Order: sequence, then structure tokens, then C-alpha cells
Amino acid sequence: MNDKKNLQSPISNPASPAAAAAGCATCPAHNAGNLLKLGVDMTDWDYVIALAGNPNTGKSTVFNALTGLRQHTGNWPGKTVTRAEGGYSYGDQRYKIVDLPGTYSLLSTSLDEEVARDFILFGQPDVTIIVVDATRLERNLNLALQVLEITDRAVICLNLIDEARRHGITVDDRRLARDLGVPVVPTAARQGEGLDALLQAVSEVATGQTICKPHRVKTESPAIQSALQTLTAQIQQAFPEVPNARWVALRLLDGDQRIADAIRSGELGDLKRQEPEAKQDLVIHLEPA
Amino acid sequence: MTTDNLTSNDILKTAESLRWQIGREFHDRLMEDIYTDAARLADRAVTRPDEKPRFDLDRAIDRIVTSRTWGFPMMILLFTLVFWLTITGANYPSQFLASILIDTMVPILHNLANAIGLPWWISGLLIDGMYLATAWVVSVMLPPMAIFFPLFTLLEDFGYLPRVAFNLDNIFHKSGAHGKQALSMMMGFGCNAAGVVATRVIDSPRERLIAIITNNFALCNGRWPTQILIATVFIGGLVPAYLAGIISALAVVGIAVLGVLLSFVVSWSLSRTVLRGEVSTFSLELPPYRPPQVLRTIYTSLIDRTIYVLWRAVMFALPAGAAIWLIANITIGGTSLAEYLINFLNPLGILIGLNGVILLAYVVAIPANEIVIPTVLMLTVLMTGVNGGAGAGVMFNAQSTSDYMSLFTAGGWTLLTAVNLMLFSLIHNPCSTTIYTIYKETGSKKWTAVAALLPLAMGFIITFFVAQIWRLFAG
Repeated sequence: MNDKKNLQSPISNPASPAAAAAGCATCPAHNAGNLLKLGVDMTDWDYVIALAGNPNTGKSTVFNALTGLRQHTGNWPGKTVTRAEGGYSYGDQRYKIVDLPGTYSLLSTSLDEEVARDFILFGQPDVTIIVVDATRLERNLNLALQVLEITDRAVICLNLIDEARRHGITVDDRRLARDLGVPVVPTAARQGEGLDALLQAVSEVATGQTICKPHRVKTESPAIQSALQTLTAQIQQAFPEVPNARWVALRLLDGDQRIADAIRSGELGDLKRQEPEAKQDLVIHLEPA
Repeated sequence: MTTDNLTSNDILKTAESLRWQIGREFHDRLMEDIYTDAARLADRAVTRPDEKPRFDLDRAIDRIVTSRTWGFPMMILLFTLVFWLTITGANYPSQFLASILIDTMVPILHNLANAIGLPWWISGLLIDGMYLATAWVVSVMLPPMAIFFPLFTLLEDFGYLPRVAFNLDNIFHKSGAHGKQALSMMMGFGCNAAGVVATRVIDSPRERLIAIITNNFALCNGRWPTQILIATVFIGGLVPAYLAGIISALAVVGIAVLGVLLSFVVSWSLSRTVLRGEVSTFSLELPPYRPPQVLRTIYTSLIDRTIYVLWRAVMFALPAGAAIWLIANITIGGTSLAEYLINFLNPLGILIGLNGVILLAYVVAIPANEIVIPTVLMLTVLMTGVNGGAGAGVMFNAQSTSDYMSLFTAGGWTLLTAVNLMLFSLIHNPCSTTIYTIYKETGSKKWTAVAALLPLAMGFIITFFVAQIWRLFAG
């Protein structure tokens, strides 16, 4: 159908589509017209995008808006327990986007957290979009910080900004972006607001135009600091291609069995591999079509 | 490879010894650091309005729907309303569809078949078997589902389901199960296979098994139409017409509530016997109420659920229709195969207040609960000889409640049969898709067998006792 219609946000498009198109034609943030929703067509993608975030922050809504799919979204936590995949094309690039289960943390052992964690680590997405709820920023940042420990190619989607406004909450997205060291894009995905800017930020991180310097959690304890250093150095030596040795060290110190197994089996060594498996899980409760 | 492994082992050894040095509070320390950082960053970025304790609509609604006193009555009221709308709203469209798909189309198709000279057994198999079964599925199931699923999805999008989970959490906890089981149960009300997958949010294997085994007690898509039809015909028929809608709605709600109660009882027994263990705690987030996007929700629930379930039903109805027509028309010594089977199952059926037709229908319907009603109707017509003018195994063209009623009465049905059918529809083995999903999720043949056979055994026992007590009092 019409690709442009759904994604032009009310803010970027105050008067008429024609006026906006004329005024903003040169601005890359308003090239939402370049978005092509590819649905489940994910052939020959250039980049893989992961969608992470707390439960019920609107990940699936963002997913649907970008892919044109209609994965059912529900107003309750835990709606997505397996990953859903779809595709879109923006500019000249084709993207595969993976909607991960919503979790509060990546540090425990339930299956949904493992699905999310494993994909960010072993699936090595080119960009991870972290969807956070603007009305509950503090709690949502707990997860965001954990994701930023794993990957340094991330974009924060500051979603539900409309709800925040309704409650009189303002979030200083520039300051947040500076503090976190990754792009922050305010959105109201249900209304399609801000999605064009999100697409732009994602493509800039994917193509390397934006270099992220993500915030890393600092620990006060000197004992932990030195332990972390020793272990990180060893991991870097053994697996030079692993981009997040510090995080692997953190997990080992925490006694994470899955990571220990990955080291033992050498799985950690070939992290370049991307495997689009586990699709049979999707059949059950996603797109019936 | 060997050098790699050596290094890996070195790393693991270093990690192990370092873990001893830094002590056990590492995990808590780490969490604390993350939380402190998150709080600081959020504090810098967020400006809140001068917080006065002003009126908060969400909290006001929550105070009612999750209140100790009003929580449960509100739940019953809301679900009754949903079913009442479904039952009253579906009546007319169902008749309309039946009159077009069956009354009008069947003679046309037969004339067509005669015109091109099809042998009787081909036209019988195609029209009286496959087409009729499908037409029946569509006219019986489409209208209620087209009303029920959008309503249910609207409740879900509004944010009501987590409140239901919140209300039920305490009871699940007392049953020795995980509170998140309430969420997977809610999914089960749509589809048990999806509900079983949804138990992945439960981290303890013990509690996850309990949730998987009891998910079948959440009445699924395929079983709602059976409940709604039988309640409309039999329970609604007991009272004056102006009360019929609300009473049948209450009966359906009653069965759904019974399912919830049974899942408590079974969870409790499992956690006291074979699946003993500690109850985990968790925090359940109550999302803010969001005004549902009505049109979009109606669209997606029609596509995702209604059409999906209907499609599944049709796919299973086609071969089932053919099978039923065949067993009804293949005779051995003058008696059809279907009659043999029904007569064989009849004693058991009568014993538990059902009949052979219903039991045979449940065997046919193992792949999909959706086709129970069409199969029951088709077989009843066959057994009673009531028919719309064609040969054996042709389904009766029922259009209104009283038509169904006269058909069922001719088949020897009583109120007990109806009540026990509603019970048995709630309490029997899950459909084959769900069983397969359970096997995939648990990876254990033993637990899959338990999940499949436990409800079946319970179904036989409960309907048996209901039948005995009923006959004792009703004479």
C-alpha cells in the first residue's frame, strides 16, 4: 500500500504533507519516504537489528510499525516470549529486525531472558534498539545499562513520550544521550511519532556514521575492579575477536554457567556467525497467515 | 583446538579463583551498581511536575478492579457481559449464514452434481460430507468468534488482564504455583498451545511444569463455541426468552470459572505430591490503562484470532466431514461403520451421562476441538434418522435454537447430557497441537503423557459422578 502514510509523525509534519516535504526534503531525518516495509521478506539483508526492552514498553508496536507486520500487541507484560522477525528497507539498505522478549534484566536464568541475552551476544546484531518507557525511565535504564554492557552499537528508543507528556513528565533526551553515549530518540510508536528519526539514528549507527561510546557501570570495590581487569585481559588474549570481553568477565565472575559453557566449547570464539534458527517457535502464536 | 581449550580452561580456573576472592556478594554488588547508575542517570534527565497527590485515574480504577471485595465480582461481571454480548449478538448472523450456506447452497450443489452426472458416492462425499461439515463450522463458529475475540482483545489492550492475574496471584501462590501462571492461563483462554509456550516466563522448572499441565483448564478458542451453543440451546431454553441470553452467558462463565478453580486444585495437588518445592516470588507490573485503538484491535483480532481459528477448524472439518460421511455410508452386514462404533461407545457414554455419539465426536476431534459440534450434529442426524431430505450422514439444516433442540431431543439428549458435555468439553485431553507443544517444551514423554491423560481421567470421573448424583435425584 502506501508506505509514506503511516510513518509521518505529527510533529515533523505540522501543516500538510506537501509543505513538509518541500521544507524538509534536504533533512535526512525526514526521509521516512524511503522506508519500505518488507513484512516477513528478509532476504539479503544488509544489517540485523535487535529490539530489546522491558516488558510492555511497546517493542512489538515499534516492530509492527517498521515491518508492516501485525504481530499482535497486548497491553500486558510477557506478550512476546519467543523472537519474531521481520524486515524493512530504508535508504538503500535492507534490514532484518528481530523482536526480542521483554525482560527486566539479563542477569537471571529464565528462558525469556536467555533468548534476549543470547541473541544480543551470540546473534551479534548490527544495532540493538533499546526501547525504554519514558514514564518509568529509572527502572527501564537498569536493563538499558545491562544491554550497553554487552554491545556498543545501540540506539535508545525513548518510547511512550506521549504518555509522559500527559503526566507532565519531561525527559531531556539530549542529556540522556550524552550520559549514555548512544543516540536517544523520543518516540510515540503507537502514533508513529519519531519513527523517522529512529530509522535515521539506526542507519547511522549501522553504517558507522555514528560511533557510540556507551556508558559502562563503574564499580566502587577495588577487589572487583582488579579481578575484572585480570579476567578481561585473559579473555581478550584468548578470544581477540570478542568485542565485549569485559562483559564476559563480569558474567564469569557472577558464575554464569551458560557463558562458561560457551568458553569451554569455543562458541565464544566464533561470534561472527549469525544463525537465524529457532523459527519453529514462531509458528504457534505469531502470524497465523 | 587443544591450545584453545587449554586457554579456555585457564580462563575458567582464573574466574573460579577470583570468585573465591571477591566473595559471594558480587551479584548483589553488581545489581546495586547498576541500580545506582540508573537512578542517577534517570534523575538527571527527568523533570517531573510539582508532584501534588492529584487524582490519578489509573489508581482509582485499580482500587476497584483489584480490590479484595470488588475484584472478583467485577471480573465475573465483565466476563458475563462479554459472553452475553456474544450470545445475543451471534444468534441472528448464525441463522443467516446457515440459511445461505446450507439451505440455499446444498440443493444448488446437488443439482449441479446431478447435471454433470457425478456418481452418488462422489457427490455424497464432497457435498454431504466435506462441504456440509465446513458450512456448519462456519455458520456455528464465525459469528460468536467475530464478536467474542475482538471484545476479549479490547479488554486485553485496555490493560485488564494483568489485573486479573493480580487478583488470582494470591490463590496461585497458595496452590504452590507461580503467580505468573495467571498470565500463561490468560494466554490459554485464547489457545492452549500458545499458553504452554507462554509458560517460558516462569523460571523455576517445577512451577513451569505445573503451569503447563494445568493450562488445559483454561477454556480455549476451539471450545468456546461448544460451550456457547450448548448453553444457548439447553440452559437458555430453561428460562423465559428475555432471560435466556443472560442465563446462558452465566452458564458459560460458570464453566470458565470452574476451569480456573480446577487449575488451582490440580496445581495444589501437584505441588503437594509429585512436584513439591518452594514457591518463587516475583514482581508483577500493572501496566497503565491505555485506551485501546478500537478499530485496529478489531481488525487484528479478526485477522489474528477469528480467521486463524476458523481456518484451522475448516482445515480439520474437511477431512473429518469426509471421514464421517464414509463411516456413515460404509456398511457391514446392513449396519454402518458409524453405528458399530457408536453402539460400542454407547455404554461408556451413558455411564458418564453422555452418549456414544459425543464420545466418537471427541475421538474424531482430537486434532481440533473446533469440530466437536459439527461432528456431534452430523452423527446425531445419522443415528436418529432425522434429516434434511438426503441420505445417511447428511447434516440436518438446523437454523434456530428450537431446531437444534428438537434434533438433540430426538438423539435422546437430556439436560444432563448438555451439562456433562459442557463439563467434558472443559475437562478432557488437550488437542494434538497442544500435546505436541507440551512435548516440545518439556522434552519429556512422561510429563506430556501426564498433561494429556490427567485431564481425560478427571473428565471421566467428574462426569461419572455428576451423572450418578443427577440420576439419583432426578430419578
